[in-house]
Amino acid sequence: MPRRDDLESILLIGSGPIVIGQACEFDYSGTQAVKALKQEGYRVLLVNSNPATIMTDPELADRTYVEPITPEFVARILEKERPDALLPTLGGQTALNTAVALHEQGVLARLGVEMIGAGADVIRKAEDRALFRAAMDRIGLRSARSGIAHDLAEAELVLEQVGLPCVIRPSFTLGGSGGGMAFNREEFETVVARGLRISPAGEVLIEQSLLGWKEFELEVMRDRKDNCVIICSIENLDPMGVHTGDSITVAPAQTLTDREYQRMRDASFAIMREIGVETGGSNVQFAVNPADGALVVIEMNPRVSRSSALASKATGFPIAKFAAKLAVGYTLDEIQNDITRSTPACFEPSLDYVVVKMPRFAFEKFPGADTTLGTQMKSVGETMAIGRTFREAFQKALRGLEVGRSGFSGKTTAYAPDELRQQVARPHPGRLFAVYDALRLGHPVEEIHRLSAIDPWFLDHMQELVQADQALAGRKLESLQAHELRELKAQGFSDAQIAAAADTRETEVRRHRHGLGVRPGYRLVDTCAGEFAAATPYFYSTYDSTRDEAPASARRKVVILGGGPNRIGQGIEFDYCCVHASLSLRAMGIESVMVNSNPETVSTDFDISDRLYFEPLTLEDVIEVCERERPMGVIVQFGGQTPLNLAHGLHGAGIPILGTPVDAIDRAEDRGRFADLLNKLQLRQPNNGIATSPEQAAAIAQRIGYPVLVRPSYVLGGRAMEIVYDERDLERYMREAVTASPQRPVLIDRFLEDAVEVDVDCISDGRRVVIGAVMEHIEEAGIHSGDSTCAIPTFTLGEAVEEEIREAARAMALELGVVGLMNAQFAVRGSTVYVLEVNPRASRTVPYVAKATGLPMARLATMVMAGRTLDELNVVEPALAEHIAIKAPAFPFAKFPGARADLGPEMRSTGEVMGIDRGFGMAFAKASAAAGRTLPTSGKVFVSVKDSDKRNIALVARSLVDLGFTLIATDGTWKVLKRHGIPVQRINKMHEGRPHVVDLIKNREIDLIINTPLGKITRYDDGYIRTEAYQANIPCLTTLSAAQAAIEGIQALQAGRAEVTALQDYFAPARPPVTAEA
Amino acid sequence: MDAALVLEDGTAYFGDACGAPGERGGELVFNTAMTGYQEILTDPSYCGQGVVMTYPQIGNYGVNPEDDESGRCWAEMFIVRQLAARPSNYRARTSLREYLEQRGVPAIQGIDTRDLTLKLREQGALRAILSTECLDAAELAARARRHPPLEGRDLVAEVSCQEPYRWSEGLPCAFPSPELGCAAASGALPLVCYDFGIKRNILRCLVTSGFAPVVVPARFPAREALALRPAGVFLSNGPGDPAALSYAHAAVAEIAAAEVPILGICLGHQIIGHAFGGRTVKMKFGHHGANHPVIERRSGRIDITAQNHSFMVDPDSLEGTGLVVTHWNCNDGAVEGLEHVRLPVFSVQYHPEAAPGPHDSNHLFRRFRRRIEERCGAPAR
Repeated sequence: MPRRDDLESILLIGSGPIVIGQACEFDYSGTQAVKALKQEGYRVLLVNSNPATIMTDPELADRTYVEPITPEFVARILEKERPDALLPTLGGQTALNTAVALHEQGVLARLGVEMIGAGADVIRKAEDRALFRAAMDRIGLRSARSGIAHDLAEAELVLEQVGLPCVIRPSFTLGGSGGGMAFNREEFETVVARGLRISPAGEVLIEQSLLGWKEFELEVMRDRKDNCVIICSIENLDPMGVHTGDSITVAPAQTLTDREYQRMRDASFAIMREIGVETGGSNVQFAVNPADGALVVIEMNPRVSRSSALASKATGFPIAKFAAKLAVGYTLDEIQNDITRSTPACFEPSLDYVVVKMPRFAFEKFPGADTTLGTQMKSVGETMAIGRTFREAFQKALRGLEVGRSGFSGKTTAYAPDELRQQVARPHPGRLFAVYDALRLGHPVEEIHRLSAIDPWFLDHMQELVQADQALAGRKLESLQAHELRELKAQGFSDAQIAAAADTRETEVRRHRHGLGVRPGYRLVDTCAGEFAAATPYFYSTYDSTRDEAPASARRKVVILGGGPNRIGQGIEFDYCCVHASLSLRAMGIESVMVNSNPETVSTDFDISDRLYFEPLTLEDVIEVCERERPMGVIVQFGGQTPLNLAHGLHGAGIPILGTPVDAIDRAEDRGRFADLLNKLQLRQPNNGIATSPEQAAAIAQRIGYPVLVRPSYVLGGRAMEIVYDERDLERYMREAVTASPQRPVLIDRFLEDAVEVDVDCISDGRRVVIGAVMEHIEEAGIHSGDSTCAIPTFTLGEAVEEEIREAARAMALELGVVGLMNAQFAVRGSTVYVLEVNPRASRTVPYVAKATGLPMARLATMVMAGRTLDELNVVEPALAEHIAIKAPAFPFAKFPGARADLGPEMRSTGEVMGIDRGFGMAFAKASAAAGRTLPTSGKVFVSVKDSDKRNIALVARSLVDLGFTLIATDGTWKVLKRHGIPVQRINKMHEGRPHVVDLIKNREIDLIINTPLGKITRYDDGYIRTEAYQANIPCLTTLSAAQAAIEGIQALQAGRAEVTALQDYFAPARPPVTAEA
Repeated sequence: MDAALVLEDGTAYFGDACGAPGERGGELVFNTAMTGYQEILTDPSYCGQGVVMTYPQIGNYGVNPEDDESGRCWAEMFIVRQLAARPSNYRARTSLREYLEQRGVPAIQGIDTRDLTLKLREQGALRAILSTECLDAAELAARARRHPPLEGRDLVAEVSCQEPYRWSEGLPCAFPSPELGCAAASGALPLVCYDFGIKRNILRCLVTSGFAPVVVPARFPAREALALRPAGVFLSNGPGDPAALSYAHAAVAEIAAAEVPILGICLGHQIIGHAFGGRTVKMKFGHHGANHPVIERRSGRIDITAQNHSFMVDPDSLEGTGLVVTHWNCNDGAVEGLEHVRLPVFSVQYHPEAAPGPHDSNHLFRRFRRRIEERCGAPAR
C-alpha cells in the first residue's frame, strides 16, 4: 500500500519544554517524522514551543509554529493552516492529550482534520484505565487487580478489592506524574487526593501492587496490512515498583525462555489489535512473577516513547521515522531497512550485543525531596552503553553516567549492616552502589536478591565484577599481561578503574595498555547480528577483539563530542549545537564523527553524522575514537561542560582541539587570570575574592560587603551557588554546602541587588565578532540565567548601555582568542555595566537566539572553527526585529513535593519554551502558557511581597485591580495596599491560624500568585506558598518585574485573540552560504 | 584456555571449554535467535552441524524439562561468547553447562563469536573441529578439512525413529498460541508423519490443529503409509543434503500420485521439490534464526518466521514440475513455500511450529486441516 495521496498537509505536534518524563526523545522522534514526511512530499506543519529543538529549525518543516501546545493555540494554527491531517503520536503525552482535547471540543471535525497514527478512540482505549482493563479481559490477558475512582469514597471501595500495598496512577498524565505507592491508609488517602487533583480527567486507577515482580517492555510496530513486529525487548534490572524511566534497563530481555518471550510477543500483538492501533509504534509493559512466570499487562502507550527512542538506538531500527511513514499509508515491507539498505523494514532486529541504560538523577538540586523511586518518574536524563556482554555494557554505562564512578567500583560507604540492607532494599538513586558495597562486604547474591528483588542473573555478573576488581588490588601495573588486561577490558573495566585498583595513574594504565597493544575494536550496530552487511557506520567499542569492521576513512574529518546524559544545566540545547555542527561539517564536505552516549538525542541518530560512535564521554573512550579516526580536530565547545572538561586531557594526548584554544577556557575560568584580562580591557566586575577556608571567606565578604554570591569554582548550572546575606549565613554555607580547600576554592562575589542581568551570545573567528543577540532578563540579577525569563531584544536597556555591552563582549572574545561561540553575562546597575562571567563555548541560549533572530549561530560557528572567516561567510548581526521573543523556563517542582520551589543562583529548571509575538505582553503570555503557567484573565490574585518590594507593589496591585482582578494579601502586604487605598482582602499566613493561604491554594480559589521571597532563609520563610503553588499548578510570580511583565501579558490577552505566526513569517529561513571546500 | 575451535581454512579460536570434553567435527552455522538455545540444541536438523549463537549471553535461563525438541542434543558442538554461570528462571532445573556435559556436547565460550559469524557470512558455512583434547591449530585444521562435507550426506538415517509411534500431546495450555489456542480440535484426522528429524513442537501443533499423528521412520514405504489410510501425510524437517534422499523422493512421489494431501516443512519441503523433479542447492550460509520475514504471494501477508536450513529449492528448477512458489523470503528472495498446481501438496521452507521463534505462521497447520476437510467435503471447521 503506497503513500496516501488524499492527504496534502499534515500537522505534527511536538512535546514542548523538556520536563521530567518528556525530554529530547521527542525531538528525536519528531525530527525523524518531519524529515520522513517531507521526503514523501507532504506539506509539513509543526507546532512546538521548545526553541531548543532541532525539529523547530525553520529549514525543516514547511511551517514552524513556536507557539504554546495548548488546545486553544493549536486550534488557531489548524484554523489558519487548514491541514488535512494531524499526527499526534510523536510528541509524547502532551501531543496526545492536546489532540484528544481538540477532538473532544469538536475542532477536528469542524475543520475536517483527520487524526492519523492513532485515532481518538484508540488513545482513549489505551489511556483510560477502565477501558484498557476491559480490553485486556476480552483478549484473555491478565491485568493487575484494580479499580477506577473519581473521588475518595470510590477509592475506598476499590481499596477493599485491591488491598494494600497498592499503586495509584492518575489517568492522562506523563511520566506517572502524581502517582505513587501506598503501604498504609494514610498514604493511600494522600496519594489518591494528589492523583485526583493532577489527572486532567480527575480520575485515578488504584491497582494491586506487583512489587518484586520482574518488569519487561516490548516495542511493537504495526502497519495497515496488520503486519506486526517486535523491534526490541527490554528487561528492567529494577523490579516492578520503579518507573521504567528511573530503572536501569537492559536490552534485549535476558532471563526469558523462548516460550515466555513468544507468549509476551503474542500478547503484545493481541493488545495492538484489540486497542486498535492501526499503524505506528507502541510500547507494552509487562510484569512477570519470578516464582511461577505469571504474566500481567501493566500498560501500553499507543505512541512513540522514551523507550522507543531507546529501542531505536539499541537496535538501529528508526521507529519514529517508520511510524511516520506507516501513518501515511506505507507498509513495513515497502520500507527499506536503513542500516542494511538491502533488506526490508518488515523484520525483527537481532542483537549480538547487550545494551544497558541508566537513569541520571538531580536530587542534589532539590534538598528535601523524597529520593525513593516509585511509579512517578524522577530522573532527568539517561545514558546508554553498548557492549558485547552485559558486564562490558554495564560498566560503560556507569562511567558514561558521569556521577564520579569510573565503573562498578569506587568509594564504599561505611553503613551499619542494617542500614546497608535498607539501602539495598529501598529503590533510590544510590541503590546500585549500596549493592556494590554489599557485594564487596561479601553479602551473598541470594541475600541481595531477597532484599532488592533484583534478578540473580544481574547480581551474579555484578559479583563477578567486584571479584575481578578485588583481585586486582595490590597488583603492580607492569605485572599485568596483555591477556589479563584484555580480559578486564572485555568486562568493561576502564583505565581509571584499573589505575585505582593498582594504585597508579590512569595515564600510566593507558601507556602500559597501549604498549601491550590492547586496544578496543569497533563493532557495527547492524540490526541483524551480522547476518547481512551493514551500510551505516554506527559503532560501539568492545574489547572482544580488534576486527575493524569499517576502517576510518582518509577524508578530512572532525570529531564532535556530545553532552552525555541530560542533567539540569546540560541538556537539549547542547545537543542542538552538536547536531548543527555535524550538519554544517557535512555541508562543507568534511566528514563528521559524533561521539555521544545519550539515547534520547537527535545527535545519536545515525542519520545525522557520517559516523556515529555510541560511547561514554570519558577521556579514555574519546582518545580511543580519536586515535582511530585521526581527525583534523575535535569540537569540545558545543556539548556543554562534559566535553569541555575533556579538553585539557585531549590536548595533553596530542589531539587537536578545534576553534578556541584550550588555554582560553582556563583564562575564563581561572579567577586571577580572568581579572587580569578584564583589567587589561578596562572592564568592570563585581568586587570579589577567592577563599580556601571559612575564615578567609568571612574576611573577603567583610571587605566587599554583603550580600555576596558564593559558589565553588568549575561548576555547571550554578551547582551549590547561593546568595548569602550575612556572616552567619556565610558560615552555614561554608560548613554545609561546600568544603573549601586550596584544591577546591570558593568564589565570592559582591551580589548586585536589583541589577538587570544581560546575556550575550556571539561568534568570533578570531578577527571579527558577530553578536547573535543581547538578552535581557526579566527578573533582577540573582536568578540563574537558565532559570530566568529573558527577552530578545532588550526592553529597558539604553542604547549606550547596550552598545557598551556589545563592545565588551567583542573585546573579550578577541582577547581570549575565541574561534567559535562565546557567551558572556553582564549585570547593569543604573548605567554601570559589570561583567559577571564569560564562557568560551556554546551556551544554553544559542538555539533560542537562533529561533528568535534567524541567525544559525551553531552552524556558522562550526564553519568558522573549520577555518572559514565571518567575512567570507557574509555574516552580519541580525537587525533589530519587529517581534519580541521571550524565553521562559519549565520547572520540575511538582515532581518533588518536599523541596523548596524557589528561584536562585542554582539552576533547577529542566527545560524552556519561547513565546514569540509582535508585542511584549503577548510574547510573555505565550511563553507563560507554553511553560504550563497560563496567565488568568480574571479572578483572584494572591499578593505577598518582601519588605523591599512593598514600595513598588502598589503600582502592580493597582494595575491588577484595573484589569478586573480581586486581590487578597497577607498582613504586611495587605496593610501597604490598604494604605494606598487599593481594595484587598486579608488572609492568614500558615502560622497565623486558619483558614490560611494554603487552604485557598488547595481549594483552587486563587488564579495567580505574586510572592517575592525574602531571599534569606528565615524562620518565617514563606517558601511553602511557592511549593504549594507548583503542586496546584497555579502560576506564581516571584519578582515584581515578572509581575509587571505578567500584567502586560494579561492586558494583551484581554485585548483580544492571540495570533499565531510561523517562524518562516518572522524571517526568511536562513540559508548559510555553504560551499563544499575543494 | 582449554578449548580450540579451528576452521578448515586454518582460522583458530581459543577459548574456555564449557560443555562435554572431547572432540567433534561438523559444518558451522550461525543462529541469530536471541532465545531458544535449548530447542536449537535438540533440533535434529542440526545433526552434522556446529552451532554458533550470535547472541553473546547464552544459558541465562538454564534448561528445563519441557523445552527439548527431541530426545537428545543433535548439534555437534556449541559455540558461545559467554555462558551463564548460574541460570535464573523459575522453570530452570539445571544449568546449560551441566546439560551440555550430560548430553555430551562439546562447547566453547570466550571467543569472538561476531568475528566468527562475519567470517561464515563472508566465506559461507565452513567445516570445523572443536576440541578440548588437542589445541594444535594446524592439526585441527587438517582434521576439519578431512571431515566429510554436508553435501551429499544422508543424515536422516541417524536421526529418524526406528519404529512407528503415535503422538497425542498438544501444545501446553500455559503457552497458548494465538492461532491455535490450546484445546485440541475434536474429530482428529489420522496423519502419517515422516520423521526425517521431526521436532516435538510440530507434533504438538498438529495435535492441537486436529490431527492424530502416527510418526513413521524415514524409510517407511509409501505403500504401507497409504495402507494406514491417512487423511494426510506430513513430511518433517531434518538434517543433511535433501538431494541424497532418493528413497524419500520416490515415496513422496508415490503418495502424491495417490492424491493424498501432503504438507512438508523444511527438509520435507525440499523433498517435495525433488519428488516432482526439482533441484535443491546449498546456500552460502543458510538461514538460521527467528526473524526472517516471509511473504505469501497470494495474500501479501508477511510472517516473521523461524528458519533453519542450509539448502534451498532452486526456483529455476521448477519449470514443468507442477510446483509453484507460494512464499518468498523478503530478505533475499529465497523460495519459502511451494504448492502443486493440481495435487493437494503444500510445503514451506520455514518452521511454522517455531520453538524457538515467533508463532506468526502457526496458522499453517490449521490451514492444512481445512484444505483436507474441503477436499473430503467435510464441513470446514
